[in-house]
Parts: sequence; C-alpha cells; structure tokens
Amino acid sequence: MSDASTIVLPDDPSFGGEVQIDYPGYRSTRLRAPERPLVTLPEDRHSPDGPVFGEDTVLPQDFDLTSQHEGEPLGERIIVSGRVLDEDGKPIRGALVEVWQANSAGRYKHQVDQHPAPLDPNFSGAGRCLTDDDGNYRFISIKPGAYPWGNHENAWRPAHIHFSVFGRAFTQRLVTQMYFPGDPLFRYDPIFNSVRDPKARALLVSQFDLATTIPDWSLAFRWDIVLGRSGSGTTPIEEEA
Amino acid sequence: MSLLPRTPSQTVGPYYAIGLCRRPENELVPPGEAGAIRVVGRLLDGDGQPIGDGMIEVWQASDRRWGRSGTEADGQFSFLTVKPPASPGEAPRLDVYVFARGLLKHQLTRMYFPDEPEANAADPVLSALPALDRAALVAEQEDGVMRFDIRMQGDRQTVFFAV
Repeated sequence: MSDASTIVLPDDPSFGGEVQIDYPGYRSTRLRAPERPLVTLPEDRHSPDGPVFGEDTVLPQDFDLTSQHEGEPLGERIIVSGRVLDEDGKPIRGALVEVWQANSAGRYKHQVDQHPAPLDPNFSGAGRCLTDDDGNYRFISIKPGAYPWGNHENAWRPAHIHFSVFGRAFTQRLVTQMYFPGDPLFRYDPIFNSVRDPKARALLVSQFDLATTIPDWSLAFRWDIVLGRSGSGTTPIEEEA
Repeated sequence: MSLLPRTPSQTVGPYYAIGLCRRPENELVPPGEAGAIRVVGRLLDGDGQPIGDGMIEVWQASDRRWGRSGTEADGQFSFLTVKPPASPGEAPRLDVYVFARGLLKHQLTRMYFPDEPEANAADPVLSALPALDRAALVAEQEDGVMRFDIRMQGDRQTVFFAV
C-alpha cells in the first residue's frame, strides 16, 4: 500500500459538505477539475410537477438487482433502503434513484473493467426505483466487493454502491457513492476522503440496520439522502402538516 | 430551524453507463419532430484531449424536456431536441450538466443558440460574462448541427455556474 499521506490529505472541516474537486490524491482530477471559480446565477429554480427525468421508464421489478437473471447472484444478499429528503427534512416523493455497483468479487459488468476477478452471469449490477410518498427507496442487491484501480500503487476502492438521484428540480441533482460501515479501506481512498470534513464524509456511510433485515434471508443497510431545496419564490410553499 | 446537511457528491466513475445509459435517452424529441435540432459537442480535458467516459445531461426548464448522453472515445456527445421557449427577458438556452470520472462533482453550464443574437445580448447571465466566456457558451452552427464543445480547463475553459 502506498504511503497514505501522499494520497489522503488531513481532515479539514472548513469544506463543510462540499467535496474538494481538485483533490490531488485522486489523479484523474488533474486534467478534469475546473480551475476557475464558479459563476453565481440569480435564484431560478424550476420544479416540474410531473415526470421529466426519465421516471417514466422505471419498471416495478427494477429495484431488485438479484432477480434479473435465471439464477441468483453470488454474495451476501443485502437490502439497501432509506429516504430522500430535502434540507428542510421534507420527504421527496417520486424521486428517481438509480444505482450501479460491482459484483461480490469486485468486478463491474463493463468492458473497461478488466480486473482479474470473475463476472457473475447472474448479476448485471444496475437498478432503479422511485421514492414513495414518504421519500422511501429500497433496493435488494448483493454486497459489492472492493476492487483495485490504477490511481496509485496498490490502490483499492472501498466497497460502494453508486447512486444517482433526481429530486423535483434540476438543481437537486446528486450523483454520489454509498459506502459500508467500518471499511478498513476508508483511510486509503482519495475519492472517499475528497470530502474533507469528517462529519460530511460520515454522511456517505450507510448503517447496518437489524430492523430492516429479513431473518434467514438478507442483511440490511440504511442510508438517507439529503438534497438541496426544490422550492423557489415562484412556487407556493407547502403547508406544514 | 437548522437545515439537514446535504449528502456530499462523489464522482460518477468510469462505469456509470451500466446504471445510467441502459437505454438511449438523448432524444428529447422524436426524430422528425418539427424544428428538431441536432446538438453535438466534445468534452475535452485540460490537455485538449477527449474525455471518453463523461456524461452530459441537458434540461430545458421552459418546455420540461430532459435528456442525457454518454461521451464516446472521441469525447463526442449528441442530442436531438428543439429550441425551448425563452423565459421573459432571457435568451433560450439549454442547462447542461457535466459528469465524468475524475470529476468529483457535476458541473453546470449553459448552451445558448447562435441564431438568437439579440436575445443573447439581452440575456442577464450571458451578457454579464466577459466576451470570450460569452462566445464559448453560444453553440456554433455547423453543417446542419449545432456544435457545443465543453472544455474542463485551460485558457478557454467553459464557464461553470454555482448550483
């Protein structure tokens, strides 16, 4: 393992919830992270009142990544569930949540991934669902494996599930990664640590949740997702329940 | 009341296509739609090299159209759409999000239309930018398509907006 000090910078709470986009330990940022400061826009948030962002393509069975093939995938069966909320704590209903992940051996079903771990013929690694009226989402999957990558010598990504979320407004867009609690690879991973504030980083880690396990069948992890506000001065504010 | 902390962003990574490009979603209007426009462009890194594992999303708030396109090995993305109606006092535009491996948070930019010089000159956001930045946000008419290249870094870096 490379010296972590050159790959992972010390904690810096001044970043708050923002990721450091030019994080030097993540090599691919060097030619891709914008260098100029962002330009501020006037407040202008549009909240469409119906499906826009591909929500209409979700099938009811798309939440189950373990039933897309003839047989079941290998690995620890897991249920991943949580709520999609806005900053005010209000649930976002009808949010499109899309996930993709490696199989239990740490291999993605993608032509670019040539890491010498087996593909699983019973696992494609992608799912989607819409949140219910209380903002709940739920997936059935298998726990993804850690995998090596070329960022630095002996680099390994901690196990994670990629999440893409659309709220009610384009400004609520979020793409992120959900991690599993207690992963020993956290301290070596520049992507995880590009969120410099440890409190914010902790928001990327799911919690094991006995209450949502299914006895004799599946482990379970809970992970809530908080997006920005959807409302603007031009949309009526919903009355408090 | 104190706000809940927002979930931080992480990169879309190199394998987003298995989750986000399972079906073509780059046609915001059906082929043959009256007024349909092909928008193409390349996503380029700080060395001017194509980013072949990026993803572009476009959103037209005024007519509620949305689409996305992965980038090819040559950095190319492509959309079929129509020019959205302009909001009062603004020029018609596409809101454009850029995602890529190596990009820890998606970036917002805008594409304006080359055949709208008056509206573009009056647009409050576009007209407030320096001339070079302004020019970079206006697509170029090219052989029946509109070309909109996106540069992540360098002297000609595309302007990105705070979300």
